Amino acid sequence: MLGDAQTMSPELNSRPRLAPGCRLGENNQQRVLLMPERALRLNGPSLEIVERCDGKHTVQQIIADLQKIYSKAAPQKVEQDILGYLALLQKDRALDFET
Amino acid sequence: MPNDLSNPLALIAELTHRCPLHCVYCSNPLELQSRDNELPTEIWSRVFQEAAALGVLQADFTGGEPLARTDIVDLVRTARSAGLYVNLITSGLPLDEAKLAALVAAGLDHIQLSFQGAREETANEISGTRSHAQKLRVLDWLRQHRVAVTLNFVIHRRNIDQLQEMLVLAESSCATRIEFANVQYYGWAFANRENLLPTRAQLDQSLAFIKSAQERLQGRIRIEYVVPDYYAKYPKPCMGGWGRKLILITPSGDALPCHAAQVIPGLSFENVKNRSLREIWEHSAAFQKFRGEGWMQEPCKTCDRREQDFGGCRCQALLLAGDATATDPVCSLAPQRPKVDAILTGMNAAPAAQLFVKPAWLYRPNPA
Repeated sequence: MLGDAQTMSPELNSRPRLAPGCRLGENNQQRVLLMPERALRLNGPSLEIVERCDGKHTVQQIIADLQKIYSKAAPQKVEQDILGYLALLQKDRALDFET
Repeated sequence: MPNDLSNPLALIAELTHRCPLHCVYCSNPLELQSRDNELPTEIWSRVFQEAAALGVLQADFTGGEPLARTDIVDLVRTARSAGLYVNLITSGLPLDEAKLAALVAAGLDHIQLSFQGAREETANEISGTRSHAQKLRVLDWLRQHRVAVTLNFVIHRRNIDQLQEMLVLAESSCATRIEFANVQYYGWAFANRENLLPTRAQLDQSLAFIKSAQERLQGRIRIEYVVPDYYAKYPKPCMGGWGRKLILITPSGDALPCHAAQVIPGLSFENVKNRSLREIWEHSAAFQKFRGEGWMQEPCKTCDRREQDFGGCRCQALLLAGDATATDPVCSLAPQRPKVDAILTGMNAAPAAQLFVKPAWLYRPNPA
């Protein structure tokens, strides 16, 4: 699983955008990412990431933003977590990467 | 919510049983509802609002052919504005470009276009009508719209050897997801089972093909493969467990825990015309019937897997073992598994000349 995710690590200059049919929703006061036949609960960092998958932010900018928000965490760790999470979303076919 | 009952996540809205196709594996019950019995728009709208309030995330519009409803655009709009993610599962037959644009504008999130095969001849044979060419047109129109597209291929002995061609079709389209779902044996499929079950050799070959396709297309197209559970070692956790995740509403408003629940004798179903969705979910006797573990027999009762597969499918237990509380007979641990093995052994031993000729299908008719 992790191996797969790493082989699909997204380009830092690409701009991720939620794929058609994938959007943010809300349920029982909980933000969720809705997509075909599934839904993902979003909390703090995952919500911050998904909200920036708008086709405007580059992967690099998302990393920089979250490194600021989570300034107590090691920057390297924040970057790894973001790349891993984007790769998981890509595997679920929830993202398009625009270049 | 009483005890530790969680809310349903998806509402399966069987909007109508009317359908221009006559597929030999249709999951609808043998007794089809007529147009006169269908719920009006207002009641569906209320159901969508109640569903969203109950915590449901997704609405699956299905049928029959949901586009046979003249109010389909309104239904999509009301479900979406109630806060639901709207899936439309369709043959694509009653669709034109204007209707498609209206559906997307109304908030349709995801369209699942069914295909009966990759070749026109097979597809038309299975659907009992000339349908394939129109589906290809719809697939082309979909490129113009921002909506998720899944291609649904229902797989069986007559088309399982065409997976490669189906994949080529999907790759040349804008689909981001493919469901290759082997027929599950309920309803019309149960009646046509002897001509639908794939051979073991076909199944093994298909598994290898799907695995390599999934690897090659990762990140581009998500591929789901549903195997025929007669060949499985353990049963499927049918509907994610009885009354745990899904609620299905029939065209006339009966609330069911699954598509086939009406085959189980002694169950009575509440109707959304008389009860709120929440009352039904929390208290309906039909939903309570197989929740938890109290109803289980051995070997399920003490099995380590009972919280994974919930004893398998209740309807299949009824259909194959004659007892809805029995362990699903497809389970390798089930006392009734020899019945399933006998079906498979008999079929796999039959000569190819018998297995691969066009059978005398029992086609699903269109209700009044």
